[in-house]
Amino acid sequence: MRALDRKVLRDLRGIWAQCLAIAMVLACGVMVMVLSTGTQRSLTETRDAFYERHRFADVFAGATRAPRGLLSEIAAIDGVAQVEARIVFTAMVDLEGMVEPASARVISLPALGGPALNLPLLRTGRLPDPLQPDEVALSEPFAQANGLRPGDRFRAVLNGRLRELVVTGHLLSPEYIYTLGPAAMMPDDRHFGLIWMREPAAAAATDLDGAFNDLTLSLSRGAHEAAVIAAVDRLLAPYGGTGAHGRDRQMSHVFIEGELSQLGAMARVLPPIFLVVSAFLVNMVLGRLIALERRQIGLLKAIGYPTRTIVIHYLKMTIGIGLAGTLIGWGMGWWLGHGMTALYTEYFRFPWLDYRPGAAPMIISGLAAMGAVVLGAMRAVSAAVRLAPAVAMAPPAPPVYRRGWADALGYRLGLRQTTMMIVRSLTRWPGRAAVTLFGVAGSVAVLVASFVTFDIIDLVMEDIFDRTNRQHATLILHQPVKEQAELAALSLPGVLHAEGVYAAPVRVRHGQASKLVSLMAQDPDADLTRLLDPEGHPIPLPDSGVALPESLAAYLGLMPGDQVEVELLAPPRRPWNVTVTRVFRQSMGQDILMRRDTFFALMNETPQINMLHLAVDTSSLPALQTRIKQTPAITGFTLWADVRASMEATMNESLITMTIIFSGLGMLITIGVVYNAARIQLAERAHELASLRVLGFRRAEVGYVLIAEQMLLTLVAVPVGWLLGYWFAILMTQGFSTDIISLPMVISRSTYAQAALTALATAFVSVLMVRRRLDRIDIVTALKQKE
Amino acid sequence: MKTMARARTPVLSTEAITKVYRSGPVAVHALAGVSVSLFEAEVVVLLGASGSGKSTLLNILGGLDQPTSGRVMFRDQDLSAVEDAALTEFRRKHVGFVFQFYNLVPSLTARENVALVTEIAGNPMPPEEALDRVGLSGRMDHFPSELSGGEQQRVAIARAIAKRPDILLCDEPTGALDSKTGITVLEALIGVNRDLGTTTALITHNAEIRRIADRVIYMADGRITKVEENSAPIAPSEVSW
Repeated sequence: MRALDRKVLRDLRGIWAQCLAIAMVLACGVMVMVLSTGTQRSLTETRDAFYERHRFADVFAGATRAPRGLLSEIAAIDGVAQVEARIVFTAMVDLEGMVEPASARVISLPALGGPALNLPLLRTGRLPDPLQPDEVALSEPFAQANGLRPGDRFRAVLNGRLRELVVTGHLLSPEYIYTLGPAAMMPDDRHFGLIWMREPAAAAATDLDGAFNDLTLSLSRGAHEAAVIAAVDRLLAPYGGTGAHGRDRQMSHVFIEGELSQLGAMARVLPPIFLVVSAFLVNMVLGRLIALERRQIGLLKAIGYPTRTIVIHYLKMTIGIGLAGTLIGWGMGWWLGHGMTALYTEYFRFPWLDYRPGAAPMIISGLAAMGAVVLGAMRAVSAAVRLAPAVAMAPPAPPVYRRGWADALGYRLGLRQTTMMIVRSLTRWPGRAAVTLFGVAGSVAVLVASFVTFDIIDLVMEDIFDRTNRQHATLILHQPVKEQAELAALSLPGVLHAEGVYAAPVRVRHGQASKLVSLMAQDPDADLTRLLDPEGHPIPLPDSGVALPESLAAYLGLMPGDQVEVELLAPPRRPWNVTVTRVFRQSMGQDILMRRDTFFALMNETPQINMLHLAVDTSSLPALQTRIKQTPAITGFTLWADVRASMEATMNESLITMTIIFSGLGMLITIGVVYNAARIQLAERAHELASLRVLGFRRAEVGYVLIAEQMLLTLVAVPVGWLLGYWFAILMTQGFSTDIISLPMVISRSTYAQAALTALATAFVSVLMVRRRLDRIDIVTALKQKE
Repeated sequence: MKTMARARTPVLSTEAITKVYRSGPVAVHALAGVSVSLFEAEVVVLLGASGSGKSTLLNILGGLDQPTSGRVMFRDQDLSAVEDAALTEFRRKHVGFVFQFYNLVPSLTARENVALVTEIAGNPMPPEEALDRVGLSGRMDHFPSELSGGEQQRVAIARAIAKRPDILLCDEPTGALDSKTGITVLEALIGVNRDLGTTTALITHNAEIRRIADRVIYMADGRITKVEENSAPIAPSEVSW
């Protein structure tokens, strides 16, 4: 080994703790990149492979009853590759030993063989026998959650008729990687599942012989999706078409996309902070080392080492730090990537999902990490190697102090001299102070952004469950019925109050922008479900016009007073121009709201309802559930307490994990920055601090000089970090908001306080680790060295 | 005051102290049984070649270090067996130090360097008075980098005396200075001793300086080889080297 390389190793060993602190900050950046882009890639590749092999459709459409004869016309649309017509409907399921009703989506399989599109994957058993109308296959998660194995029997209410069905096998479908029941907010495998049934049996159950009510298409390469959708809509319109859409409105696909975009947001926002902080830290630590070795550099040059060799010598040290950071980051990212992917398999039902980040995230994060440290080093190195050997070998000029505004302020405040030392150190080396300040501010920001998720989720939960949906249960009706059903519902066991809603799919359009959403036509006096203004206060349903959620209004570029086109995608399938009279806050989903009487007046029909919200005496709940299972007119039942519980359980599990990880990352920045700053300070001022000890200053008084400077900087960094954190939180809520969930921007005072206290405590512990070294300094030896 | 000194009241004394530094298997005997007393208001010069043990002795006398064996007494207090905190209190209340390399805080002005000590002392003189005593009233608001070596050393003396210490310990105070500047520094030290009656011990390897002392202690190989009484100390201005 060459002498200079031996020096690199010894130098690194001498400041290993500082190097490790930088490497850890760097590792955080690398880890987030490997974790987020690696998980994103694993998820994308698995999904794409599943879609490809199981022929996930491109366009989806629903209708009330369309004749099979229409299929040849649809297949002839330019750009359509394959057409699959199905019968899809909802059924109530009565499972042995379960009080509460479950529901399922029944999907037809062709009379013979498997479907051409959305091929379910057979996991166990077999597909139903076309000659056995009672045979069905179940979605694997639902079957597993309820212990239904091939050969088992269960009861279901199909179109008002109670039937006993036999399970033949378990399936997974590319169409239902993420499965949500009607009016559900989280997957609930126990209470909602999928049932595949042969078409003749499904047709018989729904009186759809020779007809279909669900259509999926695949497109040929280069097809124009919008044109195909328009053509399908035209053809299905007379048959109660509910609006064709692409994958962008397909529930399961949208959820996966949302998750992917959240991972993307994480990869974009976080790593740059860690990389920039690392670059500054390398610059700070290496700058200090080079200042110490100034004479050695002069000597090396004097004895004939070329500048390039010296530059490379210091870059090797940096690369050592970069390498350590990258390897630690890869390791942590790999490990957390597996954990995160495992977490995903609980919600996303892929036939397989392995964490396979591939080489790209590794290479990119490694290069970014190296780039950051080398960039940080170059500045420090270039200044040192520019000196002529003779100048370099002479001791550097002592630092020049000048009196400025800070001193005047210091005198006026009557600061003690030890405090003045701190003030002068800060004003003499503002760049170094700025690195600490920026680093700690970044740390506070990451902490704010990590703790703020609790504020946001609290508010979302409060909005959804306390302010908006105050009903105990919601019933989905098999078909629209007269408003008087509200009264009939009161005769169900334990029902105290019932409010009917008519829900229908609509397309809202303004200019070029349009979106498929649900329209909820409800009673103006509705009290169980309420509208919230943007501040979260309940507001009445506007007397006329339509109320739009904020996110939809923003997407369509609409304000109260504007006209919006609302096209009803259920019979009678007509568009109307309606005035936007309210913009309201909605966290989950995008529903537009109207008064039921106004809506049905537009349609020129008698008001109807197809959904019922209930306030229930909870002691009568079992009786109510039993009755519902026996009521064919009800095809869906949601118990809001269950929804809330499962949502809270999910949030707690994933949020707490993520918050722990991100708080750890935030704290690591503070440790890296403060520990290094304090070490450098101690190294440079050991002599001065030892002098104080000689003069009779106690350990604590000398420690104050070291600790107070870092703590003061941390304190100043806190408000800066709050501002940065606020901005981060905005980026995060925007990045994480999807069509399904709009995250409000809210930061509580306790979040600010917790972030500040965490950073202050972390900084204090970091500087205390350095203080221990101060206590170990031998004052006699320190005094013998001339600065 | 001088009469009192002659009355032989020891302020600080050692009894057979030794100091052994261990560096791996090698043991260095820096002090090999030194018994010495410093009396009220006297000026003592410790003379010896480098490595003779004089700095080690001074450090032990000043509470910067502890002996391996033997006793150190400050008046009635035994300093050889106390904790670090008690030594700190001893230095804080009773000892003033002056070193070869000044050891000023570079980020504090002359006045502030002195104030550093007066802020923690029990009965200090104002920093301005201390600086005036060493002839620096005109340079009070200068930073150390703006002062000459002699001026810096005089700031160090002002800082050492501002708390009115019982003992002033000076380790090669003129070692880094030319003779003319060195003399002004010695004058400042002797002036303080005369005016305040501070017991002053001064290390040097410059034999000429012994002529300003009341007593001269010669050291070699960690032992006192000779103690010389000087009945007629001369003024620093009469010394030359």
